[in-house]
Amino acid sequence: MQNFNKKDYQEYAMRKVPKPTYLKNAILAFLVGGGFCTIAQFIYNFLSSRGFNDEISSMGTSIFMIFLGSLLTGLGVYDKIGKVGGAGAAVPITGFANSIVAPAMEFKREGFIFGVAAKMFIIAGPVLVYGIGSSVIVGILTILFKG
Amino acid sequence: MPLKKIGNQTIKLLNPPSIISHYSIVGPKEGDGPLKDYFDLILEDDLWGEESFEKAERKIQEQAVRAAVDGAQLSLQDIDFLLAGDLLNQIVASGYAARELAIPFFGLYGACSTMTESLSLGAMLVEGGFADRVVCATSSHFSSAERQFRFPLEYGAQRSFSAQWTVTGAGATVLSSYGSGPYITYITPGRIIDPGITDAANMGASMAPAAIDTLVNHFQDTGFQPSDYDLIISGDLGIVGKSIVIDLMKEKGYDISKNYTDCGVEIFNPNTQDTHAGGSGCGCSAVVFNGYILKEMKKGRFKRVLFMATGALHSTTINQQGESIPSIAHAVTIDINNEQVM
Repeated sequence: MQNFNKKDYQEYAMRKVPKPTYLKNAILAFLVGGGFCTIAQFIYNFLSSRGFNDEISSMGTSIFMIFLGSLLTGLGVYDKIGKVGGAGAAVPITGFANSIVAPAMEFKREGFIFGVAAKMFIIAGPVLVYGIGSSVIVGILTILFKG
Repeated sequence: MPLKKIGNQTIKLLNPPSIISHYSIVGPKEGDGPLKDYFDLILEDDLWGEESFEKAERKIQEQAVRAAVDGAQLSLQDIDFLLAGDLLNQIVASGYAARELAIPFFGLYGACSTMTESLSLGAMLVEGGFADRVVCATSSHFSSAERQFRFPLEYGAQRSFSAQWTVTGAGATVLSSYGSGPYITYITPGRIIDPGITDAANMGASMAPAAIDTLVNHFQDTGFQPSDYDLIISGDLGIVGKSIVIDLMKEKGYDISKNYTDCGVEIFNPNTQDTHAGGSGCGCSAVVFNGYILKEMKKGRFKRVLFMATGALHSTTINQQGESIPSIAHAVTIDINNEQVM
């Protein structure tokens, strides 16, 4: 077994793994992601109908959706939605809330400083770093070339 | 010249130690699986009254050892050595269980191969005359493994089809220089084999070549054929790894398709339990061995079993640094009869 060709073996082993169900995943992601967006649209329309302007309504919608994602995580439901919905559950803002609340809950036993606070961003951290980082770069480029 | 080593890497125990007692504890999910009737204790709650999953795992391992020793009508003072390990960093489940048990303790890390690593070393201690009675134990816990190796429990991630489900459970085996069997007669410790796979969600494919290497060496060293065994069972290769082992063993001239299976394949029902490629973890082979295999041996269904736990010796840190997964498999022959006496 020592001198076998690793590359051949890896290709052979890949064929042993069942293929991901891409079409089913895509349909479920569309339905779950679309479901979250539809809920958000209802909230937005409700806030608009109460006379709030676009900015306030958008902000209120985001706040509600973050609350919903956090609540469903706390109730132990969001991991099940995520399993079915895949990217449809991960991409909306509810998924972002899940990625922060889940580690916060998980690491509570290690205390509020080294547990909750330190571990809260282990999943969302990269999104924040590169999200905020790229927005700063785009901002600088805008000032340089538009101004 | 070693007196008891035969061939490349196999040990023949001239005065085979006997398994005088064994015990298995599993979590609720394992207790719902196809082997549920074989386990000694099925927990209703995988925290088992503890504050954290790590503490629960420690308790599960400690209780498995206590119950196994009780089952042999011995007290903890009668045990010379405890050999145990687990998956947690610094094998804390074992170390903290040993703190309560107060038996001289060897901590082992063989990842999921720990059950046969501890049986191998324990058998050698007893056979070599260094101990009369030893306990070999190991444990794993789904929730403590998830948070160490993967994601927080409530995080909504999808698992790949090659991913396996860490078994919550612990098994303990008491070996003695006296007893009426089953006996440990041969030991084939494995070499590290690394096929270069970096995907930690495909352990079966990573570990299969190590299992094949140990099997081939075992057959060459002992002169046995697969048909000399009623059962050849690996630890946690899962559905993917099992299929690879059967295929590649055939290429090497050994047909094991009839009497070979894997603990990870047997412990869960993949259709109803959503476990993808099967069970994994130290506890997987430990509870299947101390539950299913030994109980079926005593019933007379299996007379000679080759039990081979498999381990992936990586960590998340070195895996993130781009290293592949080095794997190992240790095999022990369990005989209902002591052939030296016969």
